[in-house]
Amino acid sequence: MINLTINNKAIQVEEGTTIFEAAKHHNILIPHFCYMENVHQIGSCRICVVEVEGGKNLMASCVTEAKEGMVIHTNSERVRNVRKVIYELMLSDHPKECLRCWRNQNCELQDLGNLIQIKEFRYEGAKSKDIIDSSSPSIVRDSSKCILCRRCVTVCNDIQGVALMNPHHRGFSTFIGPSEDELLGESVCTNCGQCVLVCPVGALKEKDSTINVWDALYDKSKTVIVQTAPAVRAALGELFGYDPGTLVTGKMASALHELGFNYVFDTNFAADLTIMEEGSEFLERVKNAFTAPAENAVLPMITSCSPGWIKFMEHQYPGQLAHLSSCKSPHMMLGALSKSYFAEKLNIDPANIFVVSVMPCTAKKFEILRPEMYNNGHANVDAVITTRELGRMIKDGGIDFRNLPDGEFDSPLGLSSGAADIFGTTGGVMEAALRTVYELVTGRELPADNLHIRPIEGLNRIKTAELKIENPLEAFSFLAGVTVKVAVTSGLLGAAELLDEIKQGTSPYHFIEIMGCPGGCISGGGQPRPVNDAIRTKRLEAIYREDEGKSVRKSHENKDILMLYHNFLGAPLGHKSHELLHTIYTQRSKN
Amino acid sequence: MDPIAELIKNLADQHGRNRHNLLPILQGVVEQEKYLSEYSMIEIARELDLPASEVFGTATFYSFLEYKKMGRYIIRICKTITCSMKGKNQVLMAIEDMLKISVGETTPDGKFSLLQTNCLGFCHKAPAMLINNEVYNELTPEKVREILSLFMNRKKEGGPYDS
Repeated sequence: MINLTINNKAIQVEEGTTIFEAAKHHNILIPHFCYMENVHQIGSCRICVVEVEGGKNLMASCVTEAKEGMVIHTNSERVRNVRKVIYELMLSDHPKECLRCWRNQNCELQDLGNLIQIKEFRYEGAKSKDIIDSSSPSIVRDSSKCILCRRCVTVCNDIQGVALMNPHHRGFSTFIGPSEDELLGESVCTNCGQCVLVCPVGALKEKDSTINVWDALYDKSKTVIVQTAPAVRAALGELFGYDPGTLVTGKMASALHELGFNYVFDTNFAADLTIMEEGSEFLERVKNAFTAPAENAVLPMITSCSPGWIKFMEHQYPGQLAHLSSCKSPHMMLGALSKSYFAEKLNIDPANIFVVSVMPCTAKKFEILRPEMYNNGHANVDAVITTRELGRMIKDGGIDFRNLPDGEFDSPLGLSSGAADIFGTTGGVMEAALRTVYELVTGRELPADNLHIRPIEGLNRIKTAELKIENPLEAFSFLAGVTVKVAVTSGLLGAAELLDEIKQGTSPYHFIEIMGCPGGCISGGGQPRPVNDAIRTKRLEAIYREDEGKSVRKSHENKDILMLYHNFLGAPLGHKSHELLHTIYTQRSKN
Repeated sequence: MDPIAELIKNLADQHGRNRHNLLPILQGVVEQEKYLSEYSMIEIARELDLPASEVFGTATFYSFLEYKKMGRYIIRICKTITCSMKGKNQVLMAIEDMLKISVGETTPDGKFSLLQTNCLGFCHKAPAMLINNEVYNELTPEKVREILSLFMNRKKEGGPYDS
């Protein structure tokens, strides 16, 4: 332990603590800007400067280690003045068009200006950059608003391993992005949106689709169907002042009805369907591996629900695409069913159906444009809005969200099991799949703690579990005594680790779940800000609460799913399933 | 194999293929080609298995790594204060007048590019300039015209001023 003084307070901290953390632990708040705990601490913005007695210059507290005997002032006249100058210099190269900025009143730069009491702008000067790149269907980059904090660089390089967002040139000419003339839409960008999630200002944002949705809602010739992803209900409330981890499933359904959607369906229904298809595909592959010649066996199988992850794999591991499950992601399945099964049921032309997906995800905006995601000439899904965009639509629509009664999803694509709920979090797809697969193989319920496979829960990067199959049913006798090995990861750096193993032929797993964003969809690129591990944990707990609150917690027990197979699809992996619910992948280049 | 890809492969064989070998490889390409084209940066990224954006970021950070097409002889005239006080502007005007290009441009025959640079450490012999890796100092308009005409008259490479 070391002793130091901050603002005349004698404090004791562990060696290796930064001044910033030392102050925080003792309830002294140092204004800061680029800092993200445990993620991004490089002192690029200098807002967190403090005065250390005996030191010539002020020091950035987030990168300066506290030392024995230091006497520190965080709010001296000098510090407060310098902080203002730093802020004003930052602002001198910023458009200051707050009123028409989409981050207005939700901007960390604004908040900081308010916190440190900026009342005038003393510096005006040249503006260094003005590139607006809207080439990507998911993310818009407005470099004029960028204040070079480099948070996006950290998440893109160190968390996601995509390494597209990087600083170029230097000094006043510095800009952050792909290289000079490279457009996001033509790059290796996975559209995961983690950069959008951490951008403190309006420099990175999701491409707005609310206008298309409003247009469809106003178009009387259209039947507008909306569906909501599992993770949306665990985070939407945060936009309306609820604590993180508050479930707003009922209010969300009511709000969507009030906005004028004709049918409010649940992507969770399709998550159950995904388990039926993906689980059957997995068993098919396992059967091949254990009974057919070895070259036909492509294991491990990897989940395919996360379009950011899919694009990452297509760019970085094009040779391993055969490991991906051929299942479309759940919302694409539901879109395809809306324009076939449901259209037939209502006897309307699929051309007049407009499907909107509310997703925690920016990559889904790219996914719906993939040529494989069309059936009979109709896009499976017509528009994707993020959780944040839905929040804006609800506010814009004059809906008093907090006082809404709890509503319900519509039938026949609205009922879901608890297994579908947990799709929204890392480990959830695997757990849901094993709940069904184990029962299909053995005829018995998954022998786990309240159906939860604890080792694959939580926020660790790579989680693994083993499941021994004993006394399987006749049809799966080849699995007797086999230990099924599974791995789960979220965030693309972990995905790369598991893929490298597959590439080298050393992967010990049979089944791998990969979600593109750290923590899974609960902290996807389209979710409310801010996101940190504490908030991730709260949302994750909410998702499990939703699961445990259901009487049906296994996908194959969802009666509407069984009805769908009975009335329309036939059997999992059948002809109709292949046409509507499965897809193919594209090899893409790495650079 | 095309010559640039081959050059990059040889440089990578020589220096290694780790992240910290990037700079010498970039320098090696610039030495040969005078600048880093988009193609060569992507080729380096491929050869070293690095993200292209990182190669571009590194290349654009350093002022002596050019990423726009450059002439055979790159003239870098010092723009800092001592050289300015000792008549750098007159020298610059003489160069511009003789080559018919301004700072940042390359002659149509692809022989000369004219750039400015920060301090070369020759304040005691200001004004100073570089032509490729060679320093020329205590310049006057007359002297610079003399130097440039030697370069202009040279037909083949490998002469006394080739570097």
